[in-house]
Amino acid sequence: MTKSYLSLELIDKSFERGNVRTEVLKQVSLSVDKGEFISIIGHSGCGKSTLLNIVAGLTQATTGVVLLDGRVADEPGPDRAVVFQNHSLLPWLTVYENVRLGVDKVFGSTKSKAERHEWTMRNLELVQMAHAGDKRPSEVSGGMKQRVGIARALAMEPKVLLLDEPFGALDALTRAHLQDQVMQIHAELGNTVLMITHDVDEAVLLSDRIVMMTNGPSARIGEILAVPLARPRRRIELAADRTYLKCREAVLKFLYERHRFVEAAE
Amino acid sequence: MSVTNLKLKDQPASRPAAPVIAFTRSVKQAGSRPLLARLAAGAANVAPLIVTLSLILIAWQIICSAPDSSLPSPTRVLEESWELIAHPFYVGQGVDQGLFWHIAASLQRVAIGYALAAVVGIALGALVGQSQLAMRGLDPIFQVLRTVPPLAWLPLSLAAFQDGTPSAIFVIFITAIWPIIINTAVGIRNIPQDYQNVAKVLRLNAFEYFGKIMLPAAAPYIFTGLRIGIGLSWLAIVAAEMLIGGVGIGFFIWDAWNSSLISDIIVALIYVGIVGFFLDRLIALVGRVVTRGTATA
Repeated sequence: MTKSYLSLELIDKSFERGNVRTEVLKQVSLSVDKGEFISIIGHSGCGKSTLLNIVAGLTQATTGVVLLDGRVADEPGPDRAVVFQNHSLLPWLTVYENVRLGVDKVFGSTKSKAERHEWTMRNLELVQMAHAGDKRPSEVSGGMKQRVGIARALAMEPKVLLLDEPFGALDALTRAHLQDQVMQIHAELGNTVLMITHDVDEAVLLSDRIVMMTNGPSARIGEILAVPLARPRRRIELAADRTYLKCREAVLKFLYERHRFVEAAE
Repeated sequence: MSVTNLKLKDQPASRPAAPVIAFTRSVKQAGSRPLLARLAAGAANVAPLIVTLSLILIAWQIICSAPDSSLPSPTRVLEESWELIAHPFYVGQGVDQGLFWHIAASLQRVAIGYALAAVVGIALGALVGQSQLAMRGLDPIFQVLRTVPPLAWLPLSLAAFQDGTPSAIFVIFITAIWPIIINTAVGIRNIPQDYQNVAKVLRLNAFEYFGKIMLPAAAPYIFTGLRIGIGLSWLAIVAAEMLIGGVGIGFFIWDAWNSSLISDIIVALIYVGIVGFFLDRLIALVGRVVTRGTATA
């Protein structure tokens, strides 16, 4: 087996409805090092969300395995915390309680009550949401909800943080702000991150490597692009940076020249 | 939010000013206008009700004012049943009690039967909503049994319990339980996949899932069922008590009919209606308090 921290080994995924068998993912293999920030980019319907769900354990691969830190990961668990696209906060709990729920579950036996409270607050502070702890999700903005979702995931101290198009539903300004925050958190904590996105700039700005998926059905990894930009990265300085522009061009070319989105492929 | 904060950083002086002005204005309003304004608003709400009530009473008075009328007019009701209206807390022998005590006895039966129905109904509803197998096995039975009219259960329960009060409580139970089961099951079947995924990632066990995800997520549906259930219970208790006798508003009405005290029946019906209305409002209020924040996901 490989020595990498997270590895996907020959993942195949097909759905069967009656007699019709749809291949979604074909032979997807990927190795991720500890502390790496990986983006998975591709057109909609290419199975990137399915791939993330397989890593999360929410969907079972038809064949192939996910190895995390030397162990097979085939069930969902807090070591692979997910930040869902639509935040998925529980509306009947306050912001604080949403984060605390995860903290209590993961650290219930190892941390005292006071420590768990402090840890919850620390993670809320990390996403600058400590001031709104008593509010309910319906009382805060979309960007704030997503920040709480990130805090909830971070508070579980996951081995891998899985981001499923976390900024997809947000407006451009909020999105930029949150991207900066995620970069800062990644610099601070050194998490291993797997992020689904369909935003080229976001992928180049945040990632160490960009995994580009071909179109489905039977999507596979088309290319992997390393982004050799020094951190910390600043979006304004990068706007004219040659390496940045080159990476951006490479992704755009992959997506819009070689693997253009074909509507109604069937 | 933080994005807007950032954008506004260069003009912070103007921001606190606006709320302050708004605040003083609202204080001024609170000082001078509100009492009159609130009275006017209250009157606007109540006035249509008073008008319709008066019209109904006037029509009733006219229709039933003939000396040979089979039903009493409002003034005759007041005259004939004044004792009953004026002394709701009267305590006498046997079933000769003030209306308050009759209502209280009925409410007690409803409370026991309804509480049992709520507990069992939510549990069964959770089972049927959660498990496909339980749904296939139980749902057809529920669908058939729920169409049996409440009173049809009474002879059977009298045979089983050999006593009036437990039989009446059973009738309440069996009447209220179906909407609770069905609505709970629907609520649980409709729990969004997102919440289930959250529960899976957190590795909540069955018990935690039930308390932390299932009940709160299904609460709006459960309370719809509870609200329908309380209404049906109150409908059923009056009918059941007519047959089992003893202290209770149902038997009071039946007794009044046997004694040809039509005015007393009318007073009792008004009580029944008002109590039923408040029961419904009570459950709705509890539901609002409990499900606070879940309406907007």
